[in-house]
Amino acid sequence: MAKIIAGVSSSHVPAIGAAIDNKQTEEPYWKRVFSGFEKSKEWMAQAKPDVVILIYNDHASAFSVEMVPTFALGCAAEFPPADEGWGPRPVPVVKGHPQLAAHIAQSVILDEFDITVVNKMEVDHGLTVPMNLLFGSPKEWPCPVIPVAVNVVLYPPPTGHRCFMLGRAIRKAVESYPEDLRVVVFGTGGMSHQISGPRAGLINSKFDKAFLDNLTKDPKKLTRIQHLEYMREAGAEGIEMVMWLVMRGALEDKVDEVYRFYTVPASNTAVGHIILEPHRRAAKKSVGKAKKPAGKMKRAAARVKIDRVRS
Amino acid sequence: MAREQHDYDDIPGTYVFDQDRSRQGFGINMFCMSLMKDENRKAFKANEAEYLKKFNLTPEQTDAILKRDYNRMLELGGNIYFTAKLGATDGHSFRHLAAVMTGSSQDDYANMMLAGGRSVEGNRSKSGKVAKAAKKPAKKPAKSKAKTRSKSRSKRG
Repeated sequence: MAKIIAGVSSSHVPAIGAAIDNKQTEEPYWKRVFSGFEKSKEWMAQAKPDVVILIYNDHASAFSVEMVPTFALGCAAEFPPADEGWGPRPVPVVKGHPQLAAHIAQSVILDEFDITVVNKMEVDHGLTVPMNLLFGSPKEWPCPVIPVAVNVVLYPPPTGHRCFMLGRAIRKAVESYPEDLRVVVFGTGGMSHQISGPRAGLINSKFDKAFLDNLTKDPKKLTRIQHLEYMREAGAEGIEMVMWLVMRGALEDKVDEVYRFYTVPASNTAVGHIILEPHRRAAKKSVGKAKKPAGKMKRAAARVKIDRVRS
Repeated sequence: MAREQHDYDDIPGTYVFDQDRSRQGFGINMFCMSLMKDENRKAFKANEAEYLKKFNLTPEQTDAILKRDYNRMLELGGNIYFTAKLGATDGHSFRHLAAVMTGSSQDDYANMMLAGGRSVEGNRSKSGKVAKAAKKPAKKPAKSKAKTRSKSRSKRG
């Protein structure tokens, strides 16, 4: 059976792609950003996923305003890099996994996610920048990628809760796929940023850091953040962070934070990045019974701590 | 008919690209999309006003495009990912657009970003109803939970 071995989130700032393409990664401004992904690349080289499911949004490249699917699943055999006005990025063509993608479509639609099936699509920096950040710049991407495009450009995007539930449905689909595949799910975009209007340049590190904390600890709390709050606190375009919740929904309730990186800015944006793996001990089902009292004890210990702090 | 009011209209300096703006700004965004092709960029540059006639724009929208009034374009239904293509056609960096929209110089804008960006403090609300971080999604509920927990514990104990 296929299984999801980890979730990764990362910003997908276009200027990061431009810095890679123009070989500026060693410049101090950019080194600060790229150095944060060195460990991630090492982690990825060890994780060696068979497939990546990558949640991202299109930026007026594949979808324009003629058609705006809320959720779109890339089912094609390949996805060429889009020309975003400066010629296509010099990155490898993204190879899809049509068979697993078809299985996911079949499964999530019956799970009441009326996803749009896309059999021909170009992919922009929203997808290729996170690929670079986690895999570097190889001649060929090391594994197939299933793109899942989420509309976060035309208001309203799907709610954070809906995104989280889509992640759940994707997990269910992956876990019912008969081939033994190791899958990593990417949530991309964010973190706080606004690139439009007189308030452009907004950054809110407090909001971002709380979001990163709760992604591990209490994702359900994050699913209750309203769109108004994302836009007010994290900028009009910061609402992209709902896409991280698809990734989180695709993981088990309990996860371990393996790595985190945060820096401000990359052009107009706060760069956030996190790697989550399923909670180690929870993975061993045989000790499930023995775990419960331990959990209770932990909670009791936590309460004592809180009481102490108070008094 | 006047624009329907929404809770997010209270966010200062922000034109949310919503369904109503998308409807009104379809022409602006399709015009911007057309600039992805070199032949169209050339035709536009050769005679801007003439080229714009193809897109069923209102006089206000045409005026905003000709004047490169990027905030007005957003207000009239343009979306930033699309209007950025007009900026690129003019050979401008995104920083130029950001400076135009925020009414600052490119250097000032870049320095603000390097210093950590525009603070959310004082930039949350036009009406002033949300002066501070009213809802800290992260922390407040956690505290209240801790409270109820410790209460129930003391009851039990």
